[in-house]
Amino acid sequence: MPFDHETVVGFAKSFGLFYLIILSSICLAWTYWPSNKKGFDEAAQMPVSEGEDRPWR
Amino acid sequence: MLADFTRGERTTASIILGALLVVGLAMAIVGRNDLIGIHGWVVCAAALAGIVTILRQFDLPEPTPERYSEYYDAPTRLGLILTLAWGVVGMAAGVWVAALLAWPDLTFDVAWLSFGRLRPIHTSGVIFGFGGNALIATSFHVLQRTTRARLPDAISPWFVLLGYNLFCVIAASGYLMGLTQSKEYAEPEWYADIWLVVVWVVYFAIYMRTLARRKESHIYVANWYYMAFILVVAILHIVNNLAVPVSLGSAKSYSLFAGVQDAMTQWWYGHNAVAFFLTAGFLGMMYYYLPKRAGRPIFSYRMSIISFWGITFMYMWAGSHHLHYTALPHWVQTLGMAFSIVLLVPSWASAGNALLTLNGAWHKVRDDAVLRFMALAAIFYGITTFEGSFMAIRAVNSLSHYTDWTIGHVHAGALGWVAMITFGSLYSLVPSMFKRERIYSQRLVEVHFWLALSGTVVYVFAMWNSGVIQGLMWRTYDETGTLSYSFIESLVAMHPYYIARAFGGLLFLLGALTALYNVIMTIRMPARGAALGAEGDLPATPALQAGE
Amino acid sequence: MFGFHYRLERSAIGLVAFIVLVASIGGFIEIAPLFTIDETVEIAEDMRLYTPLELAGRNIYIREGCYACHSQMIRTLRDDVDRYGPYSLAVESSYDHPQLWGSKRTGPDLARMGNKYSDAWHVAHLYNPRDLVPESKMPAYRWLLRDQLRIDDLGGHLAAMRAVGVPYTDEQIAFATQDAYGQANPDSAEASGVMERYGAATNVRLFDGTGPLTDMDALVAYLQMLGTLTDVAHEEQADEVE
Repeated sequence: MPFDHETVVGFAKSFGLFYLIILSSICLAWTYWPSNKKGFDEAAQMPVSEGEDRPWR
Repeated sequence: MLADFTRGERTTASIILGALLVVGLAMAIVGRNDLIGIHGWVVCAAALAGIVTILRQFDLPEPTPERYSEYYDAPTRLGLILTLAWGVVGMAAGVWVAALLAWPDLTFDVAWLSFGRLRPIHTSGVIFGFGGNALIATSFHVLQRTTRARLPDAISPWFVLLGYNLFCVIAASGYLMGLTQSKEYAEPEWYADIWLVVVWVVYFAIYMRTLARRKESHIYVANWYYMAFILVVAILHIVNNLAVPVSLGSAKSYSLFAGVQDAMTQWWYGHNAVAFFLTAGFLGMMYYYLPKRAGRPIFSYRMSIISFWGITFMYMWAGSHHLHYTALPHWVQTLGMAFSIVLLVPSWASAGNALLTLNGAWHKVRDDAVLRFMALAAIFYGITTFEGSFMAIRAVNSLSHYTDWTIGHVHAGALGWVAMITFGSLYSLVPSMFKRERIYSQRLVEVHFWLALSGTVVYVFAMWNSGVIQGLMWRTYDETGTLSYSFIESLVAMHPYYIARAFGGLLFLLGALTALYNVIMTIRMPARGAALGAEGDLPATPALQAGE
Repeated sequence: MFGFHYRLERSAIGLVAFIVLVASIGGFIEIAPLFTIDETVEIAEDMRLYTPLELAGRNIYIREGCYACHSQMIRTLRDDVDRYGPYSLAVESSYDHPQLWGSKRTGPDLARMGNKYSDAWHVAHLYNPRDLVPESKMPAYRWLLRDQLRIDDLGGHLAAMRAVGVPYTDEQIAFATQDAYGQANPDSAEASGVMERYGAATNVRLFDGTGPLTDMDALVAYLQMLGTLTDVAHEEQADEVE
């Protein structure tokens, strides 16, 4: 076993914190980036848009 | 089904079924001294039934190229019916095992009628049979509508749907014979697990191939949830089911993991099966059918994205809350507890998002039982996730764990959330899928709604009561410092609640039967527009053929 | 940065990769350290193996779904310890493929059931629980007395257990069927080898009271050794109970 138990546990206990912070910042930044708003608004209309019930090609 | 297939596709399907027949025969021969042999014959029977169906209809006229200008909905239609059929089977098994806990002599000295063998029929029947078929059927529908692309080919959707149901049949019949890995919600033995992986790979491929041909640049969020469901369930399923069979001719296998590693792997699986099978997939359903039925876009699309990543990220850490105070290292228990509490944020974001979407359309919720199913589902989703986070706190868990409180919690989620959102989506989908004007009886939907709601409430309250009483009786000491109650005294105290629970479950089952009847009658109504004369642009396929 | 986001949104593959990445890390972080845990857990020197008969009994326990109502995990809680005995240690289930810790106690915990009651009590209780405990909710498992125990393939079972890490010897695998018979037939010639191969603490008895080997023999043999693989839990327990 290349890692002893203490190392693995230490990594598990510390890494997760940074991982959580970084991931949530990426996620929030992307979701609330102003230029993305238009795309999301359009996407939100998808289920309710009235169109022909057919594939596009 | 076969009217949608070209000659070439009919041949390909026959070859696939022929290969399946060979596999079944091999299982039957190699496993002739073991129960796996019986399953070999089950596989053979399924393959033969398919081959006979194809050969008998081989000379049907081929579909015209115009089929590409229609969505491919036939698999969804059968999927919806299978959903209801498994729902009735799974819920009936649930009512029966509930009755067995009140009146154990109903076993009648028949091994396969005993509680231990029937219980997984209930759990797998409702989770995989009812829930899984609902997810497959609706995902095909949502995927096509939100990408505006037809499913990529004619055969693979049928392969996924029918192959998945073969898995369910093998699982359920295996339980009756006593074939189980004993890992909760991962009971099927090694060969069924391998088959499910094959089916799942094809399912995933359908998703990717359809997305690759989409018109809309953005992938609608419902598909994210369905994809998380497909992907993560694959990871969980493969890791948790790693095992070494006794031999190729033996159904029995030994799990690769043992003891504490196995327990953690199992509850990492078990908890995330709830997360990605019973939550993510059904959230996908909610994010499409609820806005559609309400006629309003989702309140905050951005919030749905944030809750998506929150759920995808955080659920995976929470499994260890199933193992509080056990031999699992303390820090892993604490980690699971912390993430379980934080999980409330994305969960309530989803529930709130759904309810805020309905804000302003409450009159529709009042008038339309279908929309009310969905609204109630969102409310129960909020309640259950709150309860789940609460029960993950170690001190609370010391009382609730091993008791009926857990059962109550699970059913608040399964009946209140999963089944309600499924019934709501199903009622809104059935008329358009079968090209009918409307559902056969809106009144019966109303009846179903109240049966489902009262059944859920009776069930959940019975189990909350019994669980808390049970937990308190186990930990009560008298003034001399000895335990006040024997175990059997706590069991006697459960009896009335077990009867109430069976009654609540029965109400819910009656609701599901109402739904099945209503859907069958809807299918038997004349097609939309039929009364007005022929409708030229409909495909020549009848809605559903015998043998499909 | 937003090139990346743009692609993530546009390309389904990117979304897939991100979902897998985000989702798999949590499980990995929690599970990976458990595979190095044996470095820190006290090794139980006296740990013995399941005999073939006990393993067959364990498989019957699994087959009948006993785990659905009985846990085998005593928590570090005062009332658990007072009711069922010393709390369970990780090492005690290290040969359990899979573990049977359970999730529900419709019936009591069984982690330390071994040698608590007589064989005859177990047989009678499994035959009809309500003969002994009138309020019991347990099914009557009468077929266990009727069904012949299958022992011809037990060597294969032991070999599979060895493949997943349980240290069975070639000799134990070779004599699996014989040992299963011998353990439930103390007067037979096959009985002598059982204690030799599995230790003097092994129960060698007519578990169901009759000669022919039934499923009942195996299940009772298993129930009578629960919690006896090692005595390490009965030594002074280090952690406080809560």
